[in-house]
Amino acid sequence: MNLAFSAAEEAFRQEVRAFLAANVDGPMREMVRTGMRPEPAEIQAWQRRMHAQGWSAPTWPREHGGTGWSPTQYFIYETEAARAYAPVQPHQGLELIGPIIFTYGSEAQKAKYLPRILSGEAWWCQGYSEPGAGSDLASLKTRAVRDGDHYVVNGQKIWTSYAQAATNIFCLVRTEVKPRKQEGISLLLIDMDTPGIRVRPIITLDERHHVNEVFFDEVRVPAENLVGEEGRGWGYGKVLLDRERGISAAGALRLAQFVRVVKERAAAVRDSGSALLAQPDFRGKLAQIEVEMLALEGMSLRTLADAEAGVDSGPRGSMLKIRWSELVQRITELWAEALGTDAALMEPYTGVEAADEMPHAMAAYLHMRVTTIYGGANEVQRNIIAWRALGL
Amino acid sequence: MDFSLSPEQAMLRDSVERFAAEHGDFPAWRRRVAAGEAFDASAWAQMAQLGWLGIAVPEAAGGMGFGPVETMLVAEGLGRSLCRVPYAGSCVLAPALLAESDPLLGDIVAGTVQVAAAVSEAEGRYDLAHVATSAVRSGGGWVLDGAKSFVPDGATADWFIVPARTAGGVADTAGITLFLVPATAEGLQVQRHRGPDHHHHAKLVLRQVEAAVLGGVDGGLGPLEAAVDRAIVAHLAEAMGSMEALRDTTLAYLKTREQFGATLGSFQALQHRMVDMAIACEEARSLLYLAALQLDAPAMARRRAVSGAKARVGQCAMFVAHQAVQLHGGVGTSDELAVSHHLRRLRVIDVLYGDAAHHLRCFAAATDAMAA
Repeated sequence: MNLAFSAAEEAFRQEVRAFLAANVDGPMREMVRTGMRPEPAEIQAWQRRMHAQGWSAPTWPREHGGTGWSPTQYFIYETEAARAYAPVQPHQGLELIGPIIFTYGSEAQKAKYLPRILSGEAWWCQGYSEPGAGSDLASLKTRAVRDGDHYVVNGQKIWTSYAQAATNIFCLVRTEVKPRKQEGISLLLIDMDTPGIRVRPIITLDERHHVNEVFFDEVRVPAENLVGEEGRGWGYGKVLLDRERGISAAGALRLAQFVRVVKERAAAVRDSGSALLAQPDFRGKLAQIEVEMLALEGMSLRTLADAEAGVDSGPRGSMLKIRWSELVQRITELWAEALGTDAALMEPYTGVEAADEMPHAMAAYLHMRVTTIYGGANEVQRNIIAWRALGL
Repeated sequence: MDFSLSPEQAMLRDSVERFAAEHGDFPAWRRRVAAGEAFDASAWAQMAQLGWLGIAVPEAAGGMGFGPVETMLVAEGLGRSLCRVPYAGSCVLAPALLAESDPLLGDIVAGTVQVAAAVSEAEGRYDLAHVATSAVRSGGGWVLDGAKSFVPDGATADWFIVPARTAGGVADTAGITLFLVPATAEGLQVQRHRGPDHHHHAKLVLRQVEAAVLGGVDGGLGPLEAAVDRAIVAHLAEAMGSMEALRDTTLAYLKTREQFGATLGSFQALQHRMVDMAIACEEARSLLYLAALQLDAPAMARRRAVSGAKARVGQCAMFVAHQAVQLHGGVGTSDELAVSHHLRRLRVIDVLYGDAAHHLRCFAAATDAMAA
């Protein structure tokens, strides 16, 4: 057992650090630092820089155009990216559909879709949830009926992130009604400019437009856009489970960004003549979060080490998701608390130049409420751990 | 970065597991306790035979010369089986301070001598630098006056490590010197008591006690902190074994106990509680590893890792112990079940060398110092 990095890994860290110093420009850095969620265009701009560096897909194997980095290298990259306030990469193409395409897709699908995911030209969105199928995803009702060389899709998806900017959507659709609802589900790749698709914005509690409803009305999708076999779409998500462990482990590292902003703010805020940060009750609350983050970091390191050694880390992926989301909510709550009445802004004061992170702290705090719900609500994660790991 | 055990460490873990299974006979444990046995002498003798009392002792002094990982493996087994032995104080803390040539080391390894650390004073609570006990030169030696509060496993100790003030004010970090005091020393009063964990602890009153210096004069705090940190990690490993025993026994209980015509484990409210206990164990183990692997890191990094672990593992341990009692229902509150005794031991471990609140403050201070 040891926590040391090898000389090669330390050299890699220096390489990453130099790249980030040269490529994360001021506005980009400030946007990430102040907790603003970058828009798709900005994330795509970052992806183009990563692509030019040859780092388009840090978690993909080399044969599909990835970096082929080890989990440790990925950990180093993410640590440094968090330190440098680098934007995240386009998640849905790189981490959700890309790996499914290179694992189960046809050669034609790989050739058509993967390069554009890597370059950042394509923006994918995920058509999974429906009004009647949230945590119970397998209850989905969107139908796809085969008609010659096409599937005809009718139905509705919801909570579709950035559908307004997407070029493509990957959809779970029902191609057959079977007694077991996980059967008869297929995975289709659909161009967003196909006739019959309508996107309706949903404005969330942070007053932002991240998510949408997507309606399908007699949408004709070429049959060659079916991934794998018809009716087997439910099982293809499993390839993501193993990968997810590493991804959620890396997400934990980004928490450090919020702590730094909270500290900067609490050091500047005065409360009864002294800095808020110097007050024992505030410092205590922050320390409690920091110590739980340290535990999360340890869990992440162990998970990455398991991934590196090819060892199953059991339910730790779900545990990381639960703990990360709980902590990101508490940190953004503390951020809003530190700002006090300055957090009670949804837009800058009139006639005053927008200053610091205000009003983004409130937006970040509000936005983070979703983290314990998306990607499988934390209650569902607990069901999964109870069932799979504890045998209850 | 590597969290796997070497083949030798894996062998040690396996034999510790066998040891824990043998000594985990709970009715026998209760009989020993009822008979008033101050510590598990047969387990202690067996540990001596296996060489485990010398795991942290240099080979030149007759020990095995292993590091924190091996110590952790042994201590986990002690926790799992609620083994009542003075391991962390006598075999981890003391060897970290004794010179390699000290003959006491050989006796520690043989299990014939126990050394306890008397590092706290009532007025200082958990602050190791708070030392009012005085040491004054007298002839060729030193004479100590003062009092020490809670001495873990002090009731059966043959020797005490006693910090005393040789210069400066009561809470100064400089001017502290460590002394070795035999339990039989004239002027030393050892007030023994039994803790909720059935370990036998002590308090000391020193009146004109002659003692020999251990290490350098005035510079004792640094080495003491480093030695105490090693003991803390051993206690956290013990807590880890205890927590996992509680997790496993509670899970087994949920799968077998029936109420309302169904096993307890079929109720979602209890499933989720059980999951939170499992998560607490994962958090604690992660922090335990980070602390154990940074015992030889620079002081501030070590401080942050050890205090962070002491704070959070303590919180996780109390959560697991309280939930284990709760999920067992009425029987969880019974003295006849190991569950309640794990809770009692974890309660004591939480206050040894500083509780969660104290170490959270130390963790915050180290975090700020490292950022500055």
